[in-house]
Amino acid sequence: MKISIKRDNGYQEYEVKQSDTTLLKILDEIKETMDNTLTYNSGCKSSVCGSCAVRVNEKEVLACGYKVQDGDKVEPLKNLEVIRDLVVDMDKAYEFNKKAKAWQNKQSNNISLTNEDEKINEVQSDCILCGSCFSACPVYAVNGDFLGPFALTRVWKYVSDKRGDDEKSKIDNIQTNGVWDCTLCNECTLACPQGISSKADIEKLRMKSAQYGYMDPNFGNFGGFDGGLGF
Amino acid sequence: MKSDVLIIGAGGAGLVSALHAHYNGAKVKIITKEYPTRSQTCMAQGGINAVLPHAKDDTIEEHIKNTLKSAHGLADEEMVEFLCQQAPEAIEWLDSIGVVFSRTKDGEIAQRRLGGASGSRACYAQDYTGLKILHTLYDQVLACGIEILNERFLLEIITAEDGVSGVSVLNIRNKKVEIYESSAVILATGGYSKIYDKQTTNSKSTTGDGIAVAMRCGVKCIDMEFVQFHPTALKNSAILISESARGEGGYLLNSKGERFTNELAPRDEVARAIDEQIKKGEDIFLDIRHLGESFIDEELPQERKLSLLYENIDPVNELIPIKPVAHYTMGGIEVDKNSQTNIAGLFAVGECANHKVHGANRLGGNSLLELIVFGKQTGINASEYSKKNSNKLDVSKEKTKQNEFLRKIEDFGNEIDFYKQKAFIGELFYNKVGIIRTKKELKEAQEMIKDIKSKIPQMGVNDKSKIYNTNFIEFLEFINMIDICEVVIESALKREVSCGAHFRVDE
Repeated sequence: MKISIKRDNGYQEYEVKQSDTTLLKILDEIKETMDNTLTYNSGCKSSVCGSCAVRVNEKEVLACGYKVQDGDKVEPLKNLEVIRDLVVDMDKAYEFNKKAKAWQNKQSNNISLTNEDEKINEVQSDCILCGSCFSACPVYAVNGDFLGPFALTRVWKYVSDKRGDDEKSKIDNIQTNGVWDCTLCNECTLACPQGISSKADIEKLRMKSAQYGYMDPNFGNFGGFDGGLGF
Repeated sequence: MKSDVLIIGAGGAGLVSALHAHYNGAKVKIITKEYPTRSQTCMAQGGINAVLPHAKDDTIEEHIKNTLKSAHGLADEEMVEFLCQQAPEAIEWLDSIGVVFSRTKDGEIAQRRLGGASGSRACYAQDYTGLKILHTLYDQVLACGIEILNERFLLEIITAEDGVSGVSVLNIRNKKVEIYESSAVILATGGYSKIYDKQTTNSKSTTGDGIAVAMRCGVKCIDMEFVQFHPTALKNSAILISESARGEGGYLLNSKGERFTNELAPRDEVARAIDEQIKKGEDIFLDIRHLGESFIDEELPQERKLSLLYENIDPVNELIPIKPVAHYTMGGIEVDKNSQTNIAGLFAVGECANHKVHGANRLGGNSLLELIVFGKQTGINASEYSKKNSNKLDVSKEKTKQNEFLRKIEDFGNEIDFYKQKAFIGELFYNKVGIIRTKKELKEAQEMIKDIKSKIPQMGVNDKSKIYNTNFIEFLEFINMIDICEVVIESALKREVSCGAHFRVDE
């Protein structure tokens, strides 16, 4: 079986022995038996640590959770600086969690949650910060400051939680380079290995924003009242 | 570059101690060889033990009793009491910062029974307990503005006569040595299960770096022979199938379809029972079919996903092939009641430390608990220490020293492939320093490790790049693991009687 890997000096093809196995196992085989210089990240092998996200045939996957096919083309994640081969610098991406203030501001006291409350953000809290959604997001081509899918999902996780307070400050904080910059293309949802839809979370954040009196700033730009939208 | 409290490792233990040192007024810096959310903590599935105020059929005394029983007399009663008594507060704190725990219909934090527990005591978040705790802690660390330096590999703990002064690390991205000064240092670097190479559930990063580096600067480690084998890892890939699968009612079956052990006995007993069956030629399976699809999807979703991916098995209607593999290392850096090591200002917490709460066998659900309870204590104590003690040593010479050490490694012959040695050691340890141990086999393993160690200068790295050289880092990890292997065997030989996870059969 042949696979091709994008490296610093171009695509390199490898003929590997194993088949019917995960991409990570193949990468390990290459690294340990054929080419010690191949560089990639991995960790838990069980799709929870988010270390091994790469692109295969232009789609984001976790190397440990993807079964290799003959002829696969493996590349590093997009929208991130490549340090070497398949390793990208996640510092800048994770910085968006900080910019988005994706946390609970204060410790909550004696707020009891029901089974239904828990389900509200159960899926959002499955995020493993692998960066797949970040890589798949087309907004970064035009706006490098976009808070991005995983950070906004995290904001929704905390905004939707009964234990959170200061909802307004959370919403205020995501108006610039935030919820309205998303094109709702849904690429993030398709890329997520955990079944999270950041697009849907962003839509919920937009509704919350509207409740606090915010409006889509793009609305006027695309024709507004005389743009034939029926107003 | 100077901080009051410097924390090496950004898993649960590192982040909890960082937060509490910060709350206590210290200037905190965290250094990790990965990124915080990639740490081993994210793999903890089953739960975190605590007897909550609403518990009907459980008491803190029972929690203490179960923990001590599982520890086989090797735990410190006072430490275990502290751990179990602090547990309800630990859960309350996690709940207050936003951890999405599973809930009951009555709005309480849901709890389930794990092996060795007399009651349903493990709070959980589906089977993502560690993941959700780790990420919530990370969010809080960001909220506090605590500085995190990612992708730096620990080289040395710098000490003066009167205590710790800082650390030297290798920046993985550019292969440059960096020195960080600090009046207090906390090691939260994780365990060493990776010495079993492919025969472990652990992440590839659990190479015991902190313990190896600490041993080199004279830190005392104890109980290193105690390695917990998790009874149920997937047969082909050693991927963990959580104990909660048995806690929720899963059975263990042999090839004849017979049950052969109490599935909810402590892990060491179950692992040995399985090992015995395997040695008789049986294949062993976990059966959760009777739990039903909707229950499995609700309570054990990861188990289903992993079985499908790695074994092509759907546990809803098929048996899951399993085997026991190394899962948790009880041994580690000896600390006192304040989490301090034998070097002043050097603290240790989490799996790398030995707080004498797990003894010879850790109770499932107590490791996440340990991170929260002792993480808090360590963070507070380290920050208090730093208030009273300033830095002692001129650390400027350290860079030259480390550069020389690294250059030496670069010049190694590279005639022997260390990856092959690593795989060899993994099998060697699984077979001879594993679930059942004999003096003869331990001695054999000792000789082999000695031989491999002497050949390290004939090993080395092919990749000469300065940029993100994982070949080089993996070699440094390999050297650390060899040092740990030596100590594990030595301790295993010294303890001639069986105790918990250390099971000796001698002719």
